[in-house]
Amino acid sequence: MSDQVAYFFQDLGQYLINGIAQGSIYALVALGYTMVYGIIRLINFAHGEFYMVGAFVGLFLIQAHLPFIIALPCAMLGSGLLAVTVERLVYRPIRKAGKIQALITALGVSLLLQYLGQNLLGADPRPFPDALENKTYMMGPLMISKIQLIIIVTTVILMGALRYLVMYTKIGKAMRATSYNLEAAELMGIDTNKIISFTFFVGAALAGAAGVLVGMYYNTVEPMMGMIPGLKAFVAAVLGGIGVIPGAVLGGLVLGVAENLVIGFWVSTYRDAIAFAILIIILLIRPAGLLGRNTREKV
Amino acid sequence: MNTQSTSTPILELKNLNVHYGAIHALHGLNLKAYKGEIVTLLGSNGAGKSTTLRTISGLLHPSKGEVLFHGNPIHHLSAHEVVKLGISQAPEGRLIFPDLTVFENLEMGAFLSPDKALFKKNYEYMISLFPRLKERSKQLAGTLSGGEQQMVAMARAYMANPELLLLDEPSMGIAPILVKAIFDAIVQINKQGTTILLVEQNAFQSLKIAHRAYVLATGDIVMEGDAEKLLNNPEIQKAYLGH
Ligand SMILES: Nc1ncnc2c1ncn2[C@@H]1O[C@H](COP(=O)(O)OP(=O)(O)O)[C@@H](O)[C@H]1O
Ligand SMILES: [Mg+2]
Repeated sequence: MSDQVAYFFQDLGQYLINGIAQGSIYALVALGYTMVYGIIRLINFAHGEFYMVGAFVGLFLIQAHLPFIIALPCAMLGSGLLAVTVERLVYRPIRKAGKIQALITALGVSLLLQYLGQNLLGADPRPFPDALENKTYMMGPLMISKIQLIIIVTTVILMGALRYLVMYTKIGKAMRATSYNLEAAELMGIDTNKIISFTFFVGAALAGAAGVLVGMYYNTVEPMMGMIPGLKAFVAAVLGGIGVIPGAVLGGLVLGVAENLVIGFWVSTYRDAIAFAILIIILLIRPAGLLGRNTREKV
Repeated sequence: MNTQSTSTPILELKNLNVHYGAIHALHGLNLKAYKGEIVTLLGSNGAGKSTTLRTISGLLHPSKGEVLFHGNPIHHLSAHEVVKLGISQAPEGRLIFPDLTVFENLEMGAFLSPDKALFKKNYEYMISLFPRLKERSKQLAGTLSGGEQQMVAMARAYMANPELLLLDEPSMGIAPILVKAIFDAIVQINKQGTTILLVEQNAFQSLKIAHRAYVLATGDIVMEGDAEKLLNNPEIQKAYLGH
């Protein structure tokens, strides 16, 4: 009997570790959704593709024998530049066109990037070369792999940097000002177009980092890889309260942990459905999301 | 102000027409403000006062007519570029940044001027005018009372070090004692050399501190002149002063 209890807690601990690693990835991607939504009220469905592009940039650089520590910032830069380009060429011209139009455009951009990726890179999944030796560490009875550790540490560092940027720097304060009210920010002399570009850049860079980490974690990269994680990160952002930065982090972690608990203790078939089940339950209880404010949305 | 007719106005609106889609909000408005003046723009709800200020600030662009600043057209500029020229606005409804502290709100006001000494000078001046802001400087602006938020909005606009300050209904929804503090501050700021265009529904208070006044009704100027004369004008008294 006591053996069973011990096993239960050992399993629980293991699923929590796996869940936190997985949730870190969701959180990194969810941040971009929430930041872009916060600033221009756009659900950028192409965000999953920024993540995919980051994974490919990371793949190519690591194939070229560059170390992870170089590949990661380059992938972030690649995703960020793509996002800035998409914003400038597509989203900016239609910014005043209406929400449905923007949503459909975002879906279009997402599909375009997926098929462009298939066309240029081929549809076949590519293995990620081992950038790191695959070590596993024991923490008492629990295992944590080196890549899980790297995922968690990288995420913590990036989130710390993001928090510093948003809370304490001049451009971060301008981002918050723009997100509260774009016209009021303009009246301060803030070039809100630049701030919006920058927000796209930062959000996509985080997604790009997540792409590299996922490529290493699951050892596979392909042009459609952004679709499901993109959707789940969107769910995580809504779960946490869309537009609220700490909400995206919390939403990602909740989702990652819940998924791993369900897979571990129950069945893995429901893995992808679980995200949406959690979303529905939480939104029934807290319509604005876990950390969302219960204010009505501005028109 | 006898030099008016000979010098170039700091601000001139010429035949200003502004549309919101099919709605014709301003019908050929003309207005001038000279350096050192307080000019007040009066009118009831929906007359087009905010539309006028938003057009000067570059948030809206005229369908016809001009906005001249020191004689130069500025109506094609975006709002952040207009601030750079030396025109800043405390908008209707204040629109302070609620999640930023009072001090950070003022920092945003000075977004375009990296000059630390100037920031310090303007900041000290603002907290001398509004001592409450000093006590509350580390508080989130959203937690302040309406009157205090208006002080933040005015101080924030002043931190841009403007030549021309636009104020959109600073007395709206504010306790009477604070209204007095705010109008006193407007007079003080003007005495330091800042030209002020004051939009108000509170005609009595505004006419008392302004040099000249314009009355706007449904998108057009229907009366203009020295503030003192308008204050004693029976028509104005009847329509706006409740006599
Ligand atoms: N965003 C808008 N869209 C359409 N019409 C507007 C908008 N803002 C103001 N208006 C209209 O323009 C006119 C002038 O409004 P406004 O300038 O806000 O008046 P005031 O500031 O004098 O109360 C009003 O008839 C108002 O309904
Ligand atoms: Mg108004």
